[in-house]
Amino acid sequence: MIDRIAALGRSGLELLEALGRSGMVLFHALWAWPNLRTTFPLLVKQIYAVGVLSMVIIVVSGLFIGMVLALQGYNILNRYGSEQALGQMVALTLLRELGPVVTALLFAGRAGSALTAEIGLMKTTEQLASMEMIGVDPLRRIVSPRFWAGAICMPTLALIFSSVGVLGAYAVGVLWLGVDGGSFWSNMQNSVEWGDDVLNGVIKSVVFGVVVTWIAVFQGYDTVPTSEGISRATTRTVVYASLAVLGLDFILTAVMFGEL
Amino acid sequence: MRVRTLELAVGGFMLIGLLAIIFLALRVSGLSMNASEETYRVVAKFENIGGLTVRAKVTMAGVTIGRVSNIYLDQEDFVGVVEMDIYQQFDNLSSDTSAAILTAGVLGEKYIGLIQGAELDNLVDGSEIYNTQSALVLEDLIAKFLVGRVSDEP
Amino acid sequence: MASISGNNPLSGPYSEGKELKQVCMASMTTTQHPSGAANYVEISDLTFMRGDRVIYKDVNIAIPKGKVTAIMGPSGTGKTTLLRLIGGQLKPDQGRIVVDGHNVPDLGRTELFEVRSKMGMLFQSGALFTDLSVYENVAFPLRVHTDLPEDMIRDIVLMKLQAVGLRGASHLMPSELSGGMARRAALARAIALDPELVMYDEPFAGQDPMAMGVVVQLIRLLNDALGHTSIVVSHDVQETASIADYIYVISGGEVIGQGTADEVLNSELPRVRQFMQGLPDGPVPFHFPAPSLEDDFLRGRSL
Ligand SMILES: Nc1ncnc2c1ncn2[C@@H]1O[C@H](COP(=O)(O)OP(=O)(O)O)[C@@H](O)[C@H]1O
Ligand SMILES: [Mg+2]
Repeated sequence: MIDRIAALGRSGLELLEALGRSGMVLFHALWAWPNLRTTFPLLVKQIYAVGVLSMVIIVVSGLFIGMVLALQGYNILNRYGSEQALGQMVALTLLRELGPVVTALLFAGRAGSALTAEIGLMKTTEQLASMEMIGVDPLRRIVSPRFWAGAICMPTLALIFSSVGVLGAYAVGVLWLGVDGGSFWSNMQNSVEWGDDVLNGVIKSVVFGVVVTWIAVFQGYDTVPTSEGISRATTRTVVYASLAVLGLDFILTAVMFGEL
Repeated sequence: MRVRTLELAVGGFMLIGLLAIIFLALRVSGLSMNASEETYRVVAKFENIGGLTVRAKVTMAGVTIGRVSNIYLDQEDFVGVVEMDIYQQFDNLSSDTSAAILTAGVLGEKYIGLIQGAELDNLVDGSEIYNTQSALVLEDLIAKFLVGRVSDEP
Repeated sequence: MASISGNNPLSGPYSEGKELKQVCMASMTTTQHPSGAANYVEISDLTFMRGDRVIYKDVNIAIPKGKVTAIMGPSGTGKTTLLRLIGGQLKPDQGRIVVDGHNVPDLGRTELFEVRSKMGMLFQSGALFTDLSVYENVAFPLRVHTDLPEDMIRDIVLMKLQAVGLRGASHLMPSELSGGMARRAALARAIALDPELVMYDEPFAGQDPMAMGVVVQLIRLLNDALGHTSIVVSHDVQETASIADYIYVISGGEVIGQGTADEVLNSELPRVRQFMQGLPDGPVPFHFPAPSLEDDFLRGRSL
C-alpha cells in the first residue's frame, strides 16, 4: 500500500518534471527567433517537410469527408424537405469541427511522428551533441524552425481541408444528388459567419498546431538515445498529440460556441 | 536547383492556403468584398420578430436588396425594432412599402420580405416602414387553431 | 575566433599572434605535467554521478599542451562522459575542470561558447549533420563562429578536406560516405576552426584495418602540423599506444595507471596489465557481480 502511494507520488513528480522540461523546450524554441537571415531558409525547409508533404493526405481526406457529409446530410435533411440546408450543415461542420480536428489528427500521424523520429535520430547519432560542441544551441537551430513551421502549416492545412471538403460536398450534393446550387451556396453564406465560424476554426487549428508540434518536438528531444527509444517516442507523440487535440477541442468549443 | 524546387513548392503551398481562405471568405461565409457598399438605413417595428437574426436577408420579389443590421427592443412600446441596410441602388421604394418576416421553407431561416406600395414618396435614410406583419409563430398558430375549433363546437 | 600560430601550413588565414599570450597565461595558471610540458586541460578531484551510480570518484588528470594524450579503459567506464565534462555538456558533482585557464563548470553561456570555439570534437559516430553535404558540414562551424566571406570559407573548407583526403568528396551527402570516410569528414569539421584542443571519441572503433591506419596517422600528423593538443579516448590498445605521448588508464571510476606508452604497456600493476594485454580474467572479473552459480541454479529449480 505504502509502496503504491510512493509509486504514485514518484510518477506524479516525473510527470511534473517532464512538463517542466517540455516547457523549457517550448520557451527556448519561442525565444530563439532573432536571426532571420539564417533562420528563414531553415523555416522554408521545414514548411516543406511539415506542410507540403502533408498536402496529399489532407486534400484526399478533406474531399472524401466532404462527400460523405453531403451524402449523410442529404439523407437526413431530405426527410424534412430541407435539403437546401445541406451547404450550411456541411460548411459549419467542417469549419467548426472536422477541419481543425481531423487535420490535427492526420498532422500528428503524418508530420508529428516524422518530426519526433528525425530529432530522436539526431540525438541518437550525437548530431545534437556535436552541434552543441560547435557552439550552436540545438534548440535554436533544430527545434525552433520545426516548431514555427508546425504552427504555420496546421491552420493552412486546416483551411485547405475545409475548402476541399466544401467542394466535395458541392460535387455530391449539387452535381450528383441534384440539390439546387443557388440555395446550396446562399444558405451557406447566410449561416456561416466569417468571425464566428471561419476565424474560430483558424484559432482552433493554430492552437492544435502549436500543441501537436510541441509534443512532437519535445518527444524527439527527450528520446532515450537508442533505436527502441525512438520507436517509443514516436508512438508517444501520436498518442499524446491525438488525445491533447481531442481534449483541447472540447475546451475550445465550450469557450467559443458554448453558452458560457 | 533542389533548393529552388523546394522553395517553389513552399510558395505553392502558401498560395493554395491563401486561395482556401479567400474561398472560405467569399464563397462560403459570403463576406462581401464591397462590404462598404453604399446603403441607406430604414427601420421597422414588429410585434414579434420570432427568430430573425442580424445579417438576415431583406428581399423584394425574392431578390436580395439588403441585410438586417440591428435588432433591439423598443422599451416604450415593447415591440421589436429591426434596422435594415438597403443597397443604395434600390432607392425608389415607396414610403408605404410593407414588410413581413417570412420563413424559407417550413423550418428554414427567417428573412424580411418587402412589398412595394403605391405612394409616390420614396423611403430615404432613417425612414420607418409602418406597414409590418410579424413573424408567424407556430405555437400561436396552433393555439389559435385549437381555440377556433373549440369555439366552433355548438 | 579560434587561433593558433600563423606559420603552420594548415591554419586559416584569419588569425595570428595570440599564441604567445596564451602560452604565457597557460604557464602562469597551470602546474607542470609529469612529462614536463605545461597543461592545457587540468582535471582535479573530479566526482561525477549518474543518479546513484558513481562514474568518477576524485579523479585527477592533466593533459599536456601540444601532445597526444590517450584516455584508455574498458567500455562503459565513462570515457565519453569525460569528454563531455571537458566540453561543458555535463556538469560535475564536484571538482574542477580547467581548460586553458577557465574552469569549465563555472562558465556562463557566452564564455562557454567562446571556450568551445577553441575545441574540436570527433564523436564516436562521426555525427555529421545528415541534412548537409560534406562541404556544408565542414563549413558549419566557420559560418557559426566567423563572418568570413564565402570564397574564404570555401578555401578553408577545401584545405581541411584536402588534409583528410576528402576534397573530391565535398559534394557528397553523409549517407553516401563509407564509415571511414565519414569519420575523416567529421575530423575535417572538428579542425575547421583550427582548435587548440581536439578530442577524439573512439576514433578507431568499427573501422576496417586500412581506414584505421589512416585515422591513426592523421591524428598524429595533424597534432604535429597544427600544433594543437589532442585527447584520444579509446580501448584499442595497439593503435592508441602507437601514437600517444602519454596514457591514462581508467577503470571503475578512477585512474588505475598512467605513463608513457612503454611504461603503461610494461606496467606491473595487475589491473593495468590485464587491460593492456587483454587478459579475459584478472583483478577485473570476467563475470558481472552475481550470486554464486549454485545458488542461482538451485533457486531456478525450486521455482
Ligand atoms: N544519458 C545517460 N543517462 C544515464 N546513464 C548514462 C547516460 N549516458 C551514459 N550513461 C552511463 O554512463 C556510463 C559511462 O558511459 P560512457 O561515458 O558512454 O562510457 P564509455 O564511453 O567509456 O564507453 C555507462 O555505463 C552508461 O551506462
Ligand atoms: Mg564511449
